[in-house]
Parts: sequence; structure tokens; C-alpha cells
Amino acid sequence: MKELPFAITLEVGSSHANRTGSWRVERPVYVDRMPPCNNACPAGENIQRWLYEAESGDYETAWRQLADDNPFPAVMGRICYHPCETTCNRAQLNEAVGINSIERFLGDLAIERGWPLPRAGSDTGKRVLVVGGGPSGLSAAYHLRRLGHEVRLVDSAPELGGMMRYGIPAYRLPREVLVAEVERIIALGIHVELDHTVHDIESERRNGGFDAVFLAVGAQLARRVEIPAGDSSRILDAVSLLHRTAEHDPPLLGRRVAIYGGGDTAVDAARTARRLGATDAVIVYRRNRERMPAHGDQIEEAIEEGVTMRWLSTVSRFEGDHLVLEKMRLNDKGFPEPTGEFDELDADSLVLALGQDTDLSLLDEEPGITIEEGVIEVSPAMMAGGNGIFAGGDAVPSERTATVAIGHGKRAARGIGAYLAGQILVDPPCNELATFDHLNTWYYSDAPRTRRPELEQARRQSTFDEIFGGLTEDNALFEARRCLSCGNCFECDNCFGVCPDNAVIKLGGSARYEFDYDFCKGCGICAQECPCGAIDMVPERI
Amino acid sequence: MTSQPVRFYQVGSFAVGNRLFDKENRTVQSDPHRSNSLDSGHRACQGCGEALGARYALDAAMRATGGQLIAVNATGCLEVFSTPYPETSWRVAWLHSLFANAPAVATGVAAALKVKGMQDVRVVGQAGDGGTVDIGFGCLSGMFERNDDVLFICYDNEAYMNTGVQRSGATPPAARTATTEAVGAEPGNVFGQGKDLPRLAMAHGIDYVATATVADLHDLEAKVERAMQFHGARYLHILVPCPLGWGSAPNDTIRVARLAAESGIFPVFEAEHGEVTAVSPIRHREPVESYLSLQSRYAHLFGEHGRPDIVARIQAIADHNISTYGLLEEQAVGTGSNETSP
Repeated sequence: MKELPFAITLEVGSSHANRTGSWRVERPVYVDRMPPCNNACPAGENIQRWLYEAESGDYETAWRQLADDNPFPAVMGRICYHPCETTCNRAQLNEAVGINSIERFLGDLAIERGWPLPRAGSDTGKRVLVVGGGPSGLSAAYHLRRLGHEVRLVDSAPELGGMMRYGIPAYRLPREVLVAEVERIIALGIHVELDHTVHDIESERRNGGFDAVFLAVGAQLARRVEIPAGDSSRILDAVSLLHRTAEHDPPLLGRRVAIYGGGDTAVDAARTARRLGATDAVIVYRRNRERMPAHGDQIEEAIEEGVTMRWLSTVSRFEGDHLVLEKMRLNDKGFPEPTGEFDELDADSLVLALGQDTDLSLLDEEPGITIEEGVIEVSPAMMAGGNGIFAGGDAVPSERTATVAIGHGKRAARGIGAYLAGQILVDPPCNELATFDHLNTWYYSDAPRTRRPELEQARRQSTFDEIFGGLTEDNALFEARRCLSCGNCFECDNCFGVCPDNAVIKLGGSARYEFDYDFCKGCGICAQECPCGAIDMVPERI
Repeated sequence: MTSQPVRFYQVGSFAVGNRLFDKENRTVQSDPHRSNSLDSGHRACQGCGEALGARYALDAAMRATGGQLIAVNATGCLEVFSTPYPETSWRVAWLHSLFANAPAVATGVAAALKVKGMQDVRVVGQAGDGGTVDIGFGCLSGMFERNDDVLFICYDNEAYMNTGVQRSGATPPAARTATTEAVGAEPGNVFGQGKDLPRLAMAHGIDYVATATVADLHDLEAKVERAMQFHGARYLHILVPCPLGWGSAPNDTIRVARLAAESGIFPVFEAEHGEVTAVSPIRHREPVESYLSLQSRYAHLFGEHGRPDIVARIQAIADHNISTYGLLEEQAVGTGSNETSP
């Protein structure tokens, strides 16, 4: 201790000699957690990060971040079933962040301003064959090009897009949007061959000298059931209904249309039937609404458009101008059982939407590939066999949505990249999930969600115009700022401000903060008052 | 459709900083070059509300005065933990004399500055609740009455914490302290009138009186800023939870302060010339129990032998505050000022 006379001026900064950090029994540490939206995204988007960029109005950076994982922002912003919003922590405060609307806003802006995708990587000399030009194949092609591999993309249809073109109706996805995003991918230098059906994968691979193959052949064979029917009864399947409608050659359905099935395809078929002029579009489903596999918002929109539902019913037979339905009931396990009671439903045609199967005949000569229940078994790296055959999309076991397929394409591209480099794809360790209880929500402004404008009812029932409009820039910015940034620092300065010991150093820019452990007493206020749960208290080893 | 400018900033203005704000609208505390008037190395307990409150207030005063500031400190925790001989944590011109006379010393400093023609240098007097409502009250009342050009700040932690948690005139009813044990039919401190110093200050008719807590930094800084626009006697009363004396967890300091305001037990308002001019509306109203149950000084009110009757009396005090100050009124309008103005 310095010898000083009493009652005198003490030196400024002299308390720095007292290292109060030695009092500490717990230390705060900055952590990054996995936001629920990112965790839920089948396409593996870093949603929170692109929202962060969008919050400051830097839409181009936000879009680039988004497109880094998914080359279809404008398409996804329309047709994705957004599991991110289902898990969004903001929903527990008021309503989930409208991630899907912002994605669409960014996607549309990118098309409007002509922002290009990242360039292809430098040439590796490796050649990859992608079979199938749907969401999975296109996504794989995009990521493979960025890794520098040469890509040949073949499809049996006359146009690219797969189910995005031939399955999803135009009122949900206008074709010019699809074309814009597909063309942007192809512009990376992908060799495309259309109207080309692969019958034998091994000879195709050998003839082209490909080092690896990605199979994304989809599931296009409509499942049928035997329904006793009279000669004049008209039965068709939903896949061909949607396909022909997409090609501007819709089949004749009559005025009263019954749709048999409970998935999203059944709903799409019913809504398409309404637009083709059906006065009655009735979905017949053997279970009830709670157990219907179609997504809730799709069902609601269909009901708004005048589609009706016959729950707990199966089709027994089709007699000329009416269907005979058998009533069902759910047993204890929730399975439908016949009751022996019958009902009638007037119908001019019956559309079967009972699921789809995959045509895997191209693999008939291929050894070492396991096919279970009509789909290809794959490793976590999407590899189907040991010799460089990978598969994804509807052809492998999974939920069959475009977003899942896009995720498969990305994953397979990485798996193929690792395979071609003689390595095995290893996933980085996953951060702990940022659940709602990690948040200090007091700090967030209350803010209701911005809704996208909807097309008026009358137009919705008779045209294939797109139903939802986009957000305006003001709305998109507002919506992005509703993000809570769960589990990851967004530089709100709370820790820096609330420390009674000035033991937090603000690094500035986007470098966040550091603790000054010389003076941090370990009180834990910073961790408690962090809005997003990005600080943990860990015991000191004493 | 009318278009409105986008004024929503994710954390609004509730958090300390906000990368989306303009520089001018940011808090003093979010500035990496803030003055840190009370610097690291001080010996306040873990999670000290007073250390936090003092830095918030003086840093704001330093910005408001361009660094031309002298602080006069009464005896108390703040003085003891900041200046253990031969160290000081102050980065502001700072003066300590006695427990009772801080307001009088501040008056003298202001008078000396006037004589020397240095009226651009401003004076802050500061003390804990003991030095303000009890021991220093005579000097303070005189300072008010003479309208001396001093901003006096009370950091209220509701007892004499430095000497071992003895009750003060600011200790709330039913709180246990070393001198108000939690025994008998009326455990803890008595249900008296209390000494409501912001009201007493208003009764002097001085230019500016305000209350604040360490839980609302934007409000606290705005009040210091406003106070510095007046020349004459001004009073700021800041609620600063004390983990030691209140028996709250060190990491709960801000949470407890927030609950004091959100329950209505500590009304946050400002007054000019003896009239209340603004109140901070309650955002999410909480029962007093949420506030009390975090503090072991109220532990005797809960549990198996709890005293719901006493909790109800405390709730009645909060309800009275809410109706007297109109703390819920602005909620009807909806979002409150925090939502729209940065």
C-alpha cells in the first residue's frame, strides 16, 4: 500500500489495483444457441442471420445469406409450409415472426433487381450426374456447381421444376417466379438435358463418365385403389389433374367433384377443381380434421374458397352420378374402422389423392442399394450405395415437401463433395437449442404480426391468380424486427450497460463484447438481463 | 391505406442500446466511451444496485454538462465502497465530508463556483436513503428552501446497509432489518406513514423532482438530462435494490427494481414546481407478491406460516399508488411511448 497523508486527493483510476475478479465463484460466458427456426428449417437456412441483416434494411446481404443455403427464396416464400414459424418463440409472446413473408419479399426483390447467385467454384475436374430437375435435383446442382464440380442435370419432363411445376398449382406458385429462380441456377453453368428418361443408371453413368450420381426422381406414380364403378363414372388421379392443369390442358371434371384423400395434394386438387369451374368440390377423408395430414393453413384456405369436407368416410363404389360412402369411426388408437352405415354423395367425377409412389426401375440392375417400402434407403450423407450413388427428395424416406427436398439436395451435394475428396461428411456439433425459457422477453417491444394481403374471395374461386400478395418494404422491415434473435447476441448493449463493475468491454462493429474477468465479480446480472439468452453462468474452478 | 414511418426497433428502447438507432438517440451507457464515473475495482457487493445507479446517473450528468461536474457525497455505502484509502473509483471531481452535511457542502461548492464565475460547472449532491431522509434531511430541506443550484440524488436502498442493515425512514412496512426483526404480531418494520421524500421535495416547490429505478435506464438518463436544464434545487430519487440487505439474488437486482415499478409499489414519475407532470406507465402489471417473494427480508410473509393479510396490506399500498399516480392510464392507449419514439 502506498504511503499517503490522510485526507488528500486520490489518484484517478487507483481502484484498478483492486482486482475484484477474485471474488467470483461463477463466470459469465457468451454462448451461441441454436434458434428454433434454424433448427426446424428442412433446407438448413440460417434464418436468424438473414433476418438480422434484413432488420437493418440491408436486403441484399440478407438475401445472399439466405441464398447461400437455398437458391429458391421467392419459391419458398410462397410454398414452404414454414415449420420455422411453427416453432418460433415469438409465438409464445404474441404471434410467430412472419418468416415466410420476409423470405418472399427478399426473393422477389432479388428477382426484380437481378441479384446473381454466388459464382461456381473453381473446377475440380469431377463430373456429377443429377437425375431429376425438381427442387432436390436443382438444389443439389446448385451446391455442386459452387463446389466446382461439373453437373449434368437430366429430366424426363419437357421443363425443369419437377413437382414445383407439375404439382403445385399456379395460384400458390406463379410460373414466372419459378422460371426466374431456376434460370438463375442454370446460369451457373449446368448442362441440362430435358425429355430424357434414364432407364438404367449404371449404363447412363458409365457412358457419361460420371464420378457420382444424385437421384432425385421424385414420386410421380399416383397410388390407386380398386373402386367398383359404372361405365360412365369418371375416376382420375390428382397427380395427372394437377399435371395437366399446369400444362393448360385440364381434364373435364363436371360440376360436382369428389376428391378422395387427406393430404396436401388432395387439398390442391380440390382447390384446382373449384377454379376449373366445379360448383361442389368435396374432400372425402376416412379420418377427421385433427388427423388430416394436409397443413392447417391449406385446409383453412380451401374451406374459405368453398371446398367442403366429408370426414370419417371412405368411398365404397361409384354408381353413375353418385358415390356410395361408408361412414367410419376412430377406434381407441385413432385408426378408422368401418361402421357398416352408408351415405351417398352426388358426383360427376372422383379424383384419387391417395399418395404417390416412386418409379425406381432405373435401379433394377444396381447392386448394393436397399429399397424399403418403395423408397431408397440413404446414409446421413444421402448416399444410397457405396459407389457414389446418392439420393434425395421424395425418392427417399422423409416428409415429402419441396423444402425437405431442397435440404436433401444441399446435403447430398456436401456428401458428394466429401465422397469425391475421399472423405466422409462430418457434421459440426450442434449448439444447444434456444428455448423460450432462455429469453428475458421484457425487453422486446410488443408488436403484432403483419399479414400479407390476400386475393379477394371471388377471384380466388375462379382464377389461378396468386392468392397472397407480398409485403411492402415497410412491413417487411417491421416483420424482420420482430425477431427475438433467440440464443444469439444481437448487440443490444444490455450486458455492457447493466454491469455494476464495468466488466464488460464493448468491441463495437459486429464484434460483440468481451468480459473483463479482472473485475467481473460474477453477479450474473448480465446473464439474467440478456434478452436473448446468449450468456451462460459457469462455475469457476477454485 | 395510410403509411406510417417504420419506428419499431426489435427491443424498442427497453434495452440499453440498439444497433438500429441513430447515434443521437442512444443511451449514455451504450457508448463505449462513456465516462464510467464510478470505475471498476470498487468494493460494492456482487450485483450492487447502488453502484449501478450511481454510474447511470453521474455518466448522464457528465454528458449533460460536458464533463463540467463536481459530485459531493454523503457517508454511506457509496462512499465507503468507492474510496477505501488509498484508492478511488471515481472518474469525476468528487468530494466527501460528513454523513449529515452533503447537501450543505454541495450548496457551498455551488456558491464557491458562483463567486469564481464558474457557473458552467454544475454540482451534484448524492447520498443513500439514510443520508437523505434521516441524517442529512435538515441540510437537504435547507438546500431546497434556499433553491441552491444543486441536483441532489438519493440512491434509495431502503435501510442503512453499510453498517449492517438497520432500518431508516425509507424502510418499507413489514421489511425485516437488523432493528426490525420478523417477530411478533406485526413482524418487520411498522406500517407507518413512511418518509416519502419525493413528496416532501415537491412540497418545497422546487423546480424539478423525479423518481427512477435502475431497471429503466432510458427513463433515468432522460430525467438527469432534464434536471440539468434547470438552475436551482432539484431532486432525483433512484430505487437501487441491495442484494445484501434485501436478501435478493445478486443477479436479480434489475429484475427486483423492475418489479417494484411494475407492481406499483414504487411509482416512477416526474414533477415540476410541485406538480406531477408525467408518470411511467406500468407495462405488464404484477402483483406485489412477485416483487416481495424474491427478497428474504419479506420471507416471513410467505410459506407455511405466511401472512397473506400483510401481503394484502402491501398490495393495497401499491393499488393506492397506481390510482394516485394513474400508473395504468396510458395502457388504454396501447403501446406507450417506448414503441414509437426512439
